[in-house]
Amino acid sequence: MADIGPGPLHEAITPPTGWRGVAADWASDQRAFTSVPWGKVMMWIFLLSDTFIFGCFLLSYMTVRMSTTDPWPNPSEVFALTISGRPVPLILIAIMTFILISSSGTMAMAVNFGYRRDRARTAALLLATAAFGACFVGMQAFEWSKLIAEGVRPWGNPWGAVQFGSAFFMITGFHGTHVTIGVLFLLIVARRVWRGDFDRGQRGFFTSQRGHYEIVEILGLYWHFVDLVWVFIFAFFYLW
Amino acid sequence: MAQPATLAQGQQHSIKLYLVIWAWLFVLSACSYLVDYVGLQGYVRWSLIVALMLLKAGLIVAVFMHMAWERLALVYAILVPPVLVLLFVGIMVFESDYTLITRLRFFGAG
Repeated sequence: MADIGPGPLHEAITPPTGWRGVAADWASDQRAFTSVPWGKVMMWIFLLSDTFIFGCFLLSYMTVRMSTTDPWPNPSEVFALTISGRPVPLILIAIMTFILISSSGTMAMAVNFGYRRDRARTAALLLATAAFGACFVGMQAFEWSKLIAEGVRPWGNPWGAVQFGSAFFMITGFHGTHVTIGVLFLLIVARRVWRGDFDRGQRGFFTSQRGHYEIVEILGLYWHFVDLVWVFIFAFFYLW
Repeated sequence: MAQPATLAQGQQHSIKLYLVIWAWLFVLSACSYLVDYVGLQGYVRWSLIVALMLLKAGLIVAVFMHMAWERLALVYAILVPPVLVLLFVGIMVFESDYTLITRLRFFGAG
């Protein structure tokens, strides 16, 4: 797993780069993804499959929105909140976006401190990320209950095309589930970092592999992906 | 990028890099929100939404997910397949146009 870092020895075995590197990596008998740890590759492949799932959701949403004869409800008005007597469009969604981006920032720094073997800061930043994530899910729950109270259902709503509700609940629900699972794993990994599992190489409950700080980066990939999906949902569902 | 592309494991970059990207993501998100707040419509709105979305996605994937420092073999394996979704989008655009026309034709215009 542990690869050789840059150093005098490293020069001799530096694999080729560019297109020649791609050909060399893919042609290598044992490992196509030279120098990338196994766990990271697997997470990337999982995220690729998840990309297709969310891609299909957004695609179905596009299809029903394009093919309906009823007017699509205006998200700018549907998701407006009344603050001090006047409606502010999309404000809750904007705040949720900033919260999720902030959680990505703290996550990226947690990965960085993890590789520096800074247990306290890594655990603290992971907990901050989990807190932002929980905050996001809480605001989503608020948004869902507000819409349900206003009469939005998967089969209808007061403003227009009936497909609005099903697309909304499916897409944001699936994304919220991802965030929730992420928060749980953030808490678990934060605890393991804090105990020093990754310094001692202690085995985890989930995969029974020896713990190491790569796990923080792998979890980071998942978390950034959740943020990434939100970027697309924000653009296509809320802003379009 | 602030750091040279290296093969090193355990991705060591300065904290400052992450803070700069974080700030940029804030600015870009604020811009996306302003597109709606100002009330731009039509092609200006759609192109701005897509452009800002792609910029944000690019920053997250390249820096936060460290794709900018990975081997090209992995980068292509992960980033090329999603492009095929665009083909699917194309197919479904035709399909939904057809559905819409059929509905208008048989159910009467709205």
